[in-house]
Amino acid sequence: MEDRAIIQLDHVSKSFTVRSGIFGGRKQMQVIGNLSLSIQRGEVLCLVGESGCGKTTTGKLIVGLIRPTSGRILFEGKDIWSMNGDEFKSYRRAVQIIHQDPYSSLNPVHRIYNILSAPLFRHGIVKNRSEAEEKVLELLERVDLTPPGDFIYKYPHQLSGGQRQRVVIARSLTLNPKFIVADEAVSMLDVSIRLSIIELLRRLKEEMNVTFLFITHDLAMAKYFGWEGRIAVMYLGRIVEIGPTPRVIENPLHPYTKALLMAIPEADPQVTRSKKPMQLRSLDIPSLLNLPLGCTFNPRCPFWIEGTCDREVPNMYEPEKDHYVSCFLFRGK
Amino acid sequence: MAKEILNIENLFVEYSNIRGKVKAVRGVNLKLYKGENLALIGESGSGKTTLGTAIIRLLPSSGYIKDGKIVYKGNGNEYDISKFNEKDLRQFRWKEIAMVFQSALNSFNPVLKIWDQIYDTAKAHGINNRSFVRDRAVSLLRYVQLDPERVINSYPHELSGGMRQRVLIAMSLLLEPKILILDEPTTALDILTQRNIIELLRMIKADMGLSMIFISHDLSLAAELADRVAVMYAGAIVELGSVEDIFYRPRHPYTLGLIKAVPTVTAGFRELYSIPGSPPDLINLSPGCKFAPRCEYKKPGCEKEEPMLVEVGPEHLVACFRHKEIGNGR
Amino acid sequence: MGVKNILKKILIEPLVIISRDKAGLVGFIVLLFILLLSFIGPYFVKLDTEVKLDKIYQFPSREHILGTDNQGRDIFSQIVNGGKDVIIVAFLAGLISTLIAVSLGSLSAYAGGLTDTVIMFITEIILTIPQFPLLAVLAAFVRLTNPTMLAFIIGFLGWPALARAIRSQVLSIKERDYIEAARVLDLGRIHIIFSEILPNMLSYIVISLIMAMTGAVYSQVGLIILGLVPFYGHNWGLMIQLAWTRGAIFYKGSIFYILSPIIAIALFQWSAVTFTRSLEGIFNPRLRAGE
Repeated sequence: MEDRAIIQLDHVSKSFTVRSGIFGGRKQMQVIGNLSLSIQRGEVLCLVGESGCGKTTTGKLIVGLIRPTSGRILFEGKDIWSMNGDEFKSYRRAVQIIHQDPYSSLNPVHRIYNILSAPLFRHGIVKNRSEAEEKVLELLERVDLTPPGDFIYKYPHQLSGGQRQRVVIARSLTLNPKFIVADEAVSMLDVSIRLSIIELLRRLKEEMNVTFLFITHDLAMAKYFGWEGRIAVMYLGRIVEIGPTPRVIENPLHPYTKALLMAIPEADPQVTRSKKPMQLRSLDIPSLLNLPLGCTFNPRCPFWIEGTCDREVPNMYEPEKDHYVSCFLFRGK
Repeated sequence: MAKEILNIENLFVEYSNIRGKVKAVRGVNLKLYKGENLALIGESGSGKTTLGTAIIRLLPSSGYIKDGKIVYKGNGNEYDISKFNEKDLRQFRWKEIAMVFQSALNSFNPVLKIWDQIYDTAKAHGINNRSFVRDRAVSLLRYVQLDPERVINSYPHELSGGMRQRVLIAMSLLLEPKILILDEPTTALDILTQRNIIELLRMIKADMGLSMIFISHDLSLAAELADRVAVMYAGAIVELGSVEDIFYRPRHPYTLGLIKAVPTVTAGFRELYSIPGSPPDLINLSPGCKFAPRCEYKKPGCEKEEPMLVEVGPEHLVACFRHKEIGNGR
Repeated sequence: MGVKNILKKILIEPLVIISRDKAGLVGFIVLLFILLLSFIGPYFVKLDTEVKLDKIYQFPSREHILGTDNQGRDIFSQIVNGGKDVIIVAFLAGLISTLIAVSLGSLSAYAGGLTDTVIMFITEIILTIPQFPLLAVLAAFVRLTNPTMLAFIIGFLGWPALARAIRSQVLSIKERDYIEAARVLDLGRIHIIFSEILPNMLSYIVISLIMAMTGAVYSQVGLIILGLVPFYGHNWGLMIQLAWTRGAIFYKGSIFYILSPIIAIALFQWSAVTFTRSLEGIFNPRLRAGE
């Protein structure tokens, strides 16, 4: 399996130093703790969780925007922070990111042509203006911005949110990437156009065999986009459950995953009003500066085992094939 | 027969903009009955937020009510809110109708503690008795499942998004209003926190019998809490009905489109599609039905004349010429 | 993109935008007036150097719009001819300050780490030295022989405050999503600073330039009044110096002699600063479209 892995996280931790109060000393805020993950070539992995769980940080670690405090990020088997100049350059070309806010991810003083041609020129993919124009028009067609001539010389503020997001997607395709991190790619778009963007991503995945890390807090969207892939559920910097999407959705194992699925409001009155949410022991989300001992979910978990869950961190157990869960309830299964 | 508590008659609201006048709300007629939950559903540019803020007269400085009435029926009288002056409004807001905004940090003054903001608000509406406000605030904060002592002495940034939303809800209940308007109460909140807020709103409705208006783009919020739903597009109501009518018997192509555009987790896979195109320019509106450019049921006549709301079932209204052909959308 | 289009973009659109802010428009008009007066005016109004002892300190009249000075010379002609030197030196000094501040400030902010610490350390040291006394001392020691030198000295001392401000701006822009995207696309440090970050700060930079210029006017005039600038021909600053040393504040009739240059300078400063209110609208494409 390992040799088909395009991206691997090997015991990665990330902490930030934070000053606590005006006179307080510097504290370590651990955003990601001992995370290991292996993403296969061509798959769709959805990373879901609530705010503060570390999913965006994971995305940024994978695209190399920030460095891990410990552990390694591997691209095609090589540690990205030990690569030499050329290797790092080709890693950069291969791994791209799509941000969530279409209003702040495009430079407002550049026209669409400039935004899309800059990487093309920089990496020598085109040599002159007419080549660049041709390629940019092609990219715009690819993301369904038709007729492309209408968009190429516009400024971002002249485009709608959905159109901007398509430009963002086009930009991520300029270097022919192998791996794309989509960080809440549709969360800030109107409901009625989210699906068309998801369909676009899916089509691009098929056409270009791109591997996707789809980061979202919207489980329904994750289920829709990643039905044929895997879902990983994160909580306070750790993966608590990971497995094929249909299995995780239909047979959630971790109490946190169960709580999430039972809590999601659905756009169907009969379904949603008959949902019984799981009662958690506490409403408070622990602060990242003061993580609970043992399993980070234990203060809220209705199934916790006193003496175990608050002392040790559970390993990943595999109760059914390819479906892993980090919970003592499944120890020895 | 349910009693009317609010009657919006032919309301037009506009904004002044350098490029022209933005017609944000165009001829809305809507009633709110006592004790009901009404959801205003729409996307950006639908006019739902403008309508909500117009009711409580909190439009930004570039906005104004061009025409129409907002009639509030309470205390045995009828009042036209659109004609209130500042003095009337100060008596009226928070006491009769209160509004809960999104729990974003910018709904709070970052340099004031929560207590100061509560007390300032009370004072601004004429309640100077400090101990009364304190007692009431403490009991309300406890009611929304917050630790009163801890929250009262905190600054906004020290509280999580969910906690801030609860504080805003508690603050809105300070003077026991009859109507609560909530603008995107669960947007930008985590799943578990959303669930808590929804359960809290349910509890408030059951305990206090308020009438609530929810403004949201999130259909699932309407599905959870609404008795009736008004779907808005380009400043007008395109469909109005009970929550079952809207979700199970939608008759407007836009409503249909919205429902089909939202995937669910627990319900099975159903046919999903998104609506092509984007919302119209509210400064230069084209004649006829505003949704027509994006509508798959469009006929030539649709772009000539704008359809009016017609009754298609008991208390179920639709503004579409082709509503008969749009059967059971599910 | 025809000539008509370019003309529209460079001349008409900015004018429309400037006129949106009433105060900015007034500032622009006054500034334009002063610039025209100082640069074109001298061709029409010759400097009156003729000493007329019978016309000392005359009140304004049709012949002498602003009256006469202590030697009977027309004040108005002196005002018209006295602006050019001051404005040119101020502009040059402002330009130098801004160029240094932008380069160092953006480098410091983008590079971070040791580079940032070192540059900021130097900046802070220069900042803590009182600028004008230092300037005065330098001017006294260095033999100033031409305006360019003066501009350089003022310019070199003026950049630290600007650099700090530029650095803050760059720091905040650096965190934006489109900069992150540029990094992931490996567009390179130079491209990111000059093509992605700085164009977003154009209005800020131009406003900084204007503020630097107004600061330079004060420094310049201050030095002239103290008599530390020996080479000058004729300008507003010198007018104040002469009026002061000749005791113009003590006579009733001489009030125009000392007030005219002061008001000219103050008006120039005010109009330049007020004009900056309109600048944000010109450089920001979003504001240009009127959103």
